[in-house]
Amino acid sequence: MIKEMVCINCPRGCQLKVDTDLLTVTGNTCPRGKDYGISEVTNPVRTVTSTVKITGGLIDRVSVKTNHPISKDLMTACMDEINKITVKAPIKIGDIIISNVLNTKADVVATKSVGKKNG
Amino acid sequence: MENRDLVIIGGGPAGLAAGYGAYKAGVKDILLIERDNTLGGILNQCIHNGFGLHRFKEELTGPEYASRYEEMVKETNIEVRSNTMAIDLSDDKVITVVSSKRGLEQIKAKAVILAMGCRERSRGAISTPGARVSGIFTAGAAQKYCNIDGYLVGKRIVILGSGDIGLIMARRMTLEGAKVLADVELCPYSNGLNRNIAQCLNDFNIPLYLSYTVTDIIADEDNKRVKQVVISKVDEKKKVIPGTEIAFDCDTLLLSVGLIPENELSKKAGIELDSRTKGPLVYDNLETDKEGIFACGNVLQVHDLVDNVSMEGERAGKNAAEYLSKGERNASLIKTIPGSGIGYVCPQYIRKDSLKDDVDIFFRVRVPSSNVRLVLEKNGKEFFSIPKIKVVPSEMESIRIKKEMLPDASEITLSLKENK
Amino acid sequence: MHFDVTIIGAGITGSAIAFELSKYQLKVAVLEKENDVSMKTTKANSGIIHAGYDPKPGSLMARLNVEGSQLTHDLYPLLNFHYKQIGSLVIGSTEEEHQVINDLFERGLKNGVKDLHILKTSAEVHQYDHNLASNIDYALYAPTAGIISPWELCLALAYTATINGVDFILNCEVKDITKNDKGFLISTSKGNYESTYVINCAGTHADDIYKLVLKDRKNDSFTILPCKGEYYLLDKDQGSLMNHVIFQTPTKLGKGVLVSPTVHGNLIVGPNADYEDATKDDTCTLQTSLDFVKASSLKSSANLFFGANIRNFSGIRATLKDQDDFLIEESKIVPHFINFAGIKSPGLSCGPAFGKEAIRLLEKAGLNFVEKKEFHYYRLPTFFSNMTLEEKKQAIISNPLYGQVICRCETVTEAEIINAINAPIGATTIDGIKRRTNAGMGRCQGGFCGPKVFQLLMDELKLNYDQVYQDRDGSEVVVCKTKGEK
Repeated sequence: MIKEMVCINCPRGCQLKVDTDLLTVTGNTCPRGKDYGISEVTNPVRTVTSTVKITGGLIDRVSVKTNHPISKDLMTACMDEINKITVKAPIKIGDIIISNVLNTKADVVATKSVGKKNG
Repeated sequence: MENRDLVIIGGGPAGLAAGYGAYKAGVKDILLIERDNTLGGILNQCIHNGFGLHRFKEELTGPEYASRYEEMVKETNIEVRSNTMAIDLSDDKVITVVSSKRGLEQIKAKAVILAMGCRERSRGAISTPGARVSGIFTAGAAQKYCNIDGYLVGKRIVILGSGDIGLIMARRMTLEGAKVLADVELCPYSNGLNRNIAQCLNDFNIPLYLSYTVTDIIADEDNKRVKQVVISKVDEKKKVIPGTEIAFDCDTLLLSVGLIPENELSKKAGIELDSRTKGPLVYDNLETDKEGIFACGNVLQVHDLVDNVSMEGERAGKNAAEYLSKGERNASLIKTIPGSGIGYVCPQYIRKDSLKDDVDIFFRVRVPSSNVRLVLEKNGKEFFSIPKIKVVPSEMESIRIKKEMLPDASEITLSLKENK
Repeated sequence: MHFDVTIIGAGITGSAIAFELSKYQLKVAVLEKENDVSMKTTKANSGIIHAGYDPKPGSLMARLNVEGSQLTHDLYPLLNFHYKQIGSLVIGSTEEEHQVINDLFERGLKNGVKDLHILKTSAEVHQYDHNLASNIDYALYAPTAGIISPWELCLALAYTATINGVDFILNCEVKDITKNDKGFLISTSKGNYESTYVINCAGTHADDIYKLVLKDRKNDSFTILPCKGEYYLLDKDQGSLMNHVIFQTPTKLGKGVLVSPTVHGNLIVGPNADYEDATKDDTCTLQTSLDFVKASSLKSSANLFFGANIRNFSGIRATLKDQDDFLIEESKIVPHFINFAGIKSPGLSCGPAFGKEAIRLLEKAGLNFVEKKEFHYYRLPTFFSNMTLEEKKQAIISNPLYGQVICRCETVTEAEIINAINAPIGATTIDGIKRRTNAGMGRCQGGFCGPKVFQLLMDELKLNYDQVYQDRDGSEVVVCKTKGEK
């Protein structure tokens, strides 16, 4: 069966045609596109970006992401895990907020630094 | 009055890149003014990824991309004044700024780079009729409430506009527990990146209604909040087709209906604006028609990729540096004219005789087109042509022209023609 | 609580009367249903101080318009609302329209309007306003007409009344009024009040209020017919398209679609006059009305650029079913109950004259007036954006929050927003801030400053996020915190 899809790896958004039996990909303009096509039909993954509650900071939310894509099926569960957390300022970009989230081997890391609110 | 060599107005991606570019090119005295209390501009609330694939060969989120440039700027001696807002600019480069800490100050600059970014168009810009109640937001405002302040502006949402901001917010609101009922797009095609349609709409089964627009907003009984949004189909001329209404029960309408460059300061300085881009008219070196005042980023032309904003910013910085050391480049002008199929062209003027390098011309097409040729003409005669398989209005394009290829002309026209 | 005079409604009428009464030794209250003053008709109109040639000679409208426009002009330096006397043109191009203009001129003379002048050639007309349609060749020029910020005038009058002792009771809906020998017993959503005199300034609900006190004589009440008018508000780069308020010749429906600079530098276009789709409190805009306004206005100038529209809005005027003139009188059925009903155009232009008229009526009805020894005008603070360079400098030195710009489009500072929250009738909502400071009134319509104003309201008034409203009580801006946070 041929599945058509858009590659989401980069803004080019190449239109891919993936043969789900042969696991071949056409329409990609780079090797990452081929990997994406195959993974989409075998084990689709997504990077989750969201925010986490933070207390004592200059703002009330610190932005985070999974540092590797995780299984698409786990997106909602991952959001639930992210929503449980409250961190305390200061937070530095790259700080690990959740290690090995849902056993995916991906960490949820801070994508911005948030300083402490002056008393 | 304070005297500075280079003042950059705006510490978002354009201004940061401009500062970095100017410093690298040898400018020793740079002041960067930012009205917010942190640098990074709009990137601070763009917490999704997709930034930096060109510039850093990595996929970064907005804040991470901003942080890269902030680190680069920290390595320089650029003075950053945050919580400082420019409220006036004169054509002889006197900038009036205000801040709580330092009060009102006037700074005389030898060169200025405008990097103030842009604003979102509001409901009034498209005159959507209906109730005027709470629950109607621009997508960017909803994004700020959500990602910085931690609020959901609504629970059942209809989005008007399928540009990237609308698409991104469709996903964001869904992830935070809202139900996005539809994304509604006036054009017969989406104006956002294909990848965003896939990962923001398709991933969450959010329907995209092409060739539709919002024709009514209905309030709850107390007339306090949105209760229903009505959409209708439009024909090829974008006129509403009666009898095609679809009503959505919802509490929120998000508008993602376009961006306008923010040029209040440019107007105060008497800088001439291009009615098509809504940004300043510039020469090939990004200098405006006021000597020593440059522009880059969304204030000049609305960009799709922040990587391009950075490139433009660094170029502006480099050119400002050259202006500071070598003075004004005087040369006869070639005016670039958007011809058939072309929405706008930037830069609007080329000073050929003082060109050092090739010149990149940036433009957008009016409608999606396939198998076309981009053609440059002088007096109706082609002197440069390049084939394009596919071009869309939502993706800024550029062509590079070698200095030698530029004719002796006062005008050249860029057009879209069929590729036979 | 017993008051000498209770005013129902805090629009321009109620506020102007409160202002005038606050000069005297009287206990006065204003009961307002909404959460702020000027929430209805007063904030959604053309913002014009008419010269006064339009109303029928001998009518209340004519007398009070001319009186009111002069009083407004005199109050301007004292109260510091935005006001400009730019003059108006009633334009025409056909024989019929020429005649109407001549009639208006005569009417104006009879009404005592000063300095009226007819422009009789196309060249002359276009000298006054070069962007007028090319076929316009005749115009009535009224130099005493002006433009104003209607809610600002209302606020200034209400603030002044407040600091001189009037009680503005907001969120107070009148449910019943009963006349007894002690006076009036007014039951409201905020409790009961007693008053010797009641002045009904309830706008589109004036008949509903009158019927409360009429009890079984309800049928003797006048009837209010709401009439909706819709507008375009164009960006500031269009503000200089016209030099004057431009009127088309009036028809039975009213003054017609006007085009005018606003006192803040925008261009306002509108209104239509829609009785069919109008209900008393509904301020929706309709596609058909907007289309009508646009098409109609293009007759005044072909150079109107609607691509620069930043906002559409609509206002409801209270018109009377059985008469064209205002109904301003002590009730013949219920003594000491005074009606100010059917206050449609030129209601705003009458403004302060309503205050004087109320005094005249109350005196006739037997109220004793003793002037207060002290009376203070509340001068609205000057906008930071209107200050000179030196004034701006000093402002920040005296209050550093003047250096923190919140609304980028209109250059509104944090100091002004905090002051608006702490004003004699303080802002408690996003739109309340907007009316007092202009924050959110610009090109991006609050898209950028909205979240900041939201936070300032929460901090200054110690509100929870679900207590910050867009405008009316209950119009919550956000619905919840993300991540289930309380």
